[in-house]
Parts: sequence; C-alpha cells; structure tokens
Amino acid sequence: MKFSINSVKKKELKQWLAFNVFRALSVLVVCILILILSFITYHGIKVISWEFLTSMPEDGMTKGGIFPAIVGTLCLVTGSMIFAVPIGILSAIYINEYTKASFFKRFVKLMTNNLAGIPSIVFGLFGMTLFVKTLGFGDSILAGSLTLGLLTLPVVIRTTEEALKSVENSFRHGSYALGATKLQTIRKVVLPMAFPNIITGIILSIGRVSGETAPILFTVAAYFLPKLPTGISDQVMALPYHLYVISTSGTNIEESRPMAYGTALVLIGIVLIVNITANALRKYFSKKVKMN
Amino acid sequence: MTPIITTRFVNLFYNEFQALKNINMAIMPNTVTALIGPSGCGKSSYLRLFNRMNDLIDGVSITGDIMVDGEMIYSKGIDIVALRRKVGMVFQKPNPFPKTIFENIAYGLRVNGVTDKKRIEEKVEFSLQQAALWEEVKDKLKKSAFELSGGQQQRLCIARALAIEPSIILMDEPASALDPISTAKIEELIYELKRNYTIVIVTHNMQQAGRVSDYTAFFYLGELIEFGDTKEIFTHPKDKKTQNYITGRFG
Repeated sequence: MKFSINSVKKKELKQWLAFNVFRALSVLVVCILILILSFITYHGIKVISWEFLTSMPEDGMTKGGIFPAIVGTLCLVTGSMIFAVPIGILSAIYINEYTKASFFKRFVKLMTNNLAGIPSIVFGLFGMTLFVKTLGFGDSILAGSLTLGLLTLPVVIRTTEEALKSVENSFRHGSYALGATKLQTIRKVVLPMAFPNIITGIILSIGRVSGETAPILFTVAAYFLPKLPTGISDQVMALPYHLYVISTSGTNIEESRPMAYGTALVLIGIVLIVNITANALRKYFSKKVKMN
Repeated sequence: MTPIITTRFVNLFYNEFQALKNINMAIMPNTVTALIGPSGCGKSSYLRLFNRMNDLIDGVSITGDIMVDGEMIYSKGIDIVALRRKVGMVFQKPNPFPKTIFENIAYGLRVNGVTDKKRIEEKVEFSLQQAALWEEVKDKLKKSAFELSGGQQQRLCIARALAIEPSIILMDEPASALDPISTAKIEELIYELKRNYTIVIVTHNMQQAGRVSDYTAFFYLGELIEFGDTKEIFTHPKDKKTQNYITGRFG
C-alpha cells in the first residue's frame, strides 16, 4: 500500500492543531485561577493585618476586623464534620462492604447521588424548617452545623465509597483466608488502606462547607454580632455570609469594599490551607499505611 | 488411612453456569494433590470449596457433600472462621498486607485472639523459618512487606498461612506470577511442608505438577476426568483427554 505524502502531512497538521488547542485551553484555566487569586490578593492584602484577623468589626463593618466570622466559620466546619464524618463513613462501609448488589443498594446509591445534586439553598430552607423551627433549635450553631452536615454528607459517603472500592479484593480475601471475621478485615485491613483517600474526601468537603453561604443563611448566620459564641445554641457570623453582607447590604458598601476583599482573601486562604493539608496528610498516611 | 478431604457428588453453579459437575474425590492427609486442567475447567473453583472462599462470590450455589477433617463444612451452623483457621490458603498473586513483615504474620495470630507478645514473636520467627524466609528478612522485620521481591512476598504469604497452624494448605497457582528461581524455592518448600501438612495445589504447569505432587486430578469442562497417582497419570493416563492435555495437545 502507498501512502500519499499529503495525507501524512494532513495527519501531522491535525496532531499539531489538537495538541496546541488542548495546551492553550489548559493554560487558559490556569490563567483564570491566577487572575482571580491575584485580583483578590491585590485588593485584599492591604487590609490584612493581625488586627484585622483578631478584632471585632466596627463602624458598621467598615473598620475593625473579622475575628467573629473566622471563629464562626471554624465552629460551623467543626460542627458539620462531627455530624457528617461518622455517619458518612459508616454508611459508606455499609454500602460498600456489607450490601450485595441488590435493588436496595442501587436505591441507596441513587439517593446519595441525588442528595449531592440538590442546590445548597434548598438545604438552607430544609434546615430552617426542620432544625430551626420544628425541632426548635432556633438560629444556632447546632442548626447550621446540621444543615451543612447534611449538605456534605453525600460527598463524604461517595469519597469514602471510592476509597473503599480502591482497596483490592485480594487483601480482603487474604484476611478472610486467615480466619479473620468481616469486621476484623474491615477494621484492620480495609480501613487503614482506604484511610488516606477518606481523609482527602473529608478535607475537600471541609473546603466546600467553609465556603457555603446559602445553607447558613436561615439557620445560623448573623448579620452583625461582634461577640464570640458561648455555646452551640448561639448564632455566629461566618466568613462567606459576612462577605455577602458587606458587599451587598452593609451600611456603607463603598467604604467596606476593602474589608470585603480582605474577607475573601482570608476565606480563600483557609480553603487553600485546607487543600494543601489534605495533600500532605494523604501523602503522609499512604506512606504510613505501607509501613505498618 | 482415612482421607482428610472427601467430596461426594459436588456440583457448583455460578448463577446458571455449572462450573463443577458431580465431583467425587478423596484427598489423603500429608500428601500433595495437584489439580490440573485448562483455564475455566473448574479446578480453582474446586479448590476454593475447601475453605469456603466461594462464599465471597455473588451468585454461587453448591450441592453435594464436602467433608473436611470429619466435618460437613457446608452444613448449617458451621464456624467458617474456625474452618479457615484449619484450612489455610495461598493465592495466585502474592497479597501481603501493606504492613511490616512482622505484622503480616502477626495479623493472623492477632485476629485469632493471640495477644501474648512473646508468643507472637516466637511464632513469627518459627513461621518465617518454616517458609525458608527467616535468613533473608530477620534484620528487616520492621520494614514494609512491599519491599520484598515477588518470590519473597509469596513465601511471606505462605509463612502467614502457616503461622495459624492449619492442617491443610490450599495453593492457587502459587508460582504462576514468579520467576523460575523463586518458583523452584516455592516447590522445594512444598516438598518440605508435605511432612506436616496436607497440600492441595492448582497449577497450570505440568512439570510442576509432576515434580511436587503425589496425586494428580485432571479437570476438564467442570468434570473430574481422571484422578490418581501422579506417576500413573503422567506415564499411563487412562483417558484420552488426559493424555492430550499432559502432552500439550490442547490447553
């Protein structure tokens, strides 16, 4: 068979085109990210100071700091994880390790996936109806944490499930063959091996929870509350909501603009730190798993 | 001598597909029995009956009598954990746990309730010696098992199985993923272990079956075609199919 030089050239051109289009697009993605980060940093860095991070907001939130919002966000993240992590991990273990392929398993999976697709404002409404009103928790850390926990539950379940699935069956079989029970196998072989990926999932959902505004809108977030919470039935300020407030409905939007950028920078900073920690922890634990 | 494993009219189905048909066989204690046959002939399914590993596969159903050490192992109320302690298994691909060499062996002891540190230490050393691995690893017991070569990993898995003192060891193509030198070491080991254990080994390698086993069973399309003394089977096979297989005419 003879190949015409033309068709070879055409192939090469196509190859070249495809390669460069893909490259250009990925460069574009990186550029957008860098643009956002530098934009926020440029405007926000001016107001960032020790005082900004550790003091209460003052003068209609145009001066002072964002300390209560930082504390509030940390409270909500912790609270939602206390709720979502154990329930999520245990359900994932049940789904992946205990149920056989069945209608029930498919149904639970379908429901978890659907739960993950519900817009966060709907969770906010649901949380308000159930936790704030029906159960009478009021606008509180408890109600907000539970709502955020519900929101992130499917994420925890799915990442844990994936983590468990990535543990090869040969390890389970090896354990059973030594006379280990199912529970022993899960606890001592499967979970330690899945742990690094489970951690990653948890930390990524922390990143998501710390940035959510809609679910806390009606369940916990305070417009302006220059004091720290004393218990789980207190309201708190939170970074994303604070950002929303001072950029849309503050007393003096123009003057509080720099504060808004500062708040955004802190929020991005927290999410970034969480992601970096996720990576470091995953690496650390994957090494450790092989050693023990 | 009474056989340690007896199967009578055993049928095994994966959903609709019948993988084993009416298998009758008796395995004597302290012998090596090789199960041979082309891929998909049912030899691995048959092996996995004896420690009920088939239970882990969805859609398996089994009929017939399977007796191990005087016990009907598929009757109701049988303790599967106790059965698996008695019937150890070594898999095709070495599957040490992602733990240290020491912990890999200690694991089986711990899950079976041994907590005495001294006893675990002794048992780890003894098992590694039995598996002819002690000299190679005694200075790096705290290192990850993944740092060992494939052949060493497989001997570690054998040591792991020996640690819980089974009387029967099932081996599912234990050397098929290994180089010739490691294979030779495993075969030597099988020969050594025969004195104290009953070994049932699935193998694709005719020479291996000839070298290590006392008895050979030839499976074809889910049926046990021929079972008997290894020398007999290899020199005077009674069935045409056996002859064709061992002379390499199909497989």
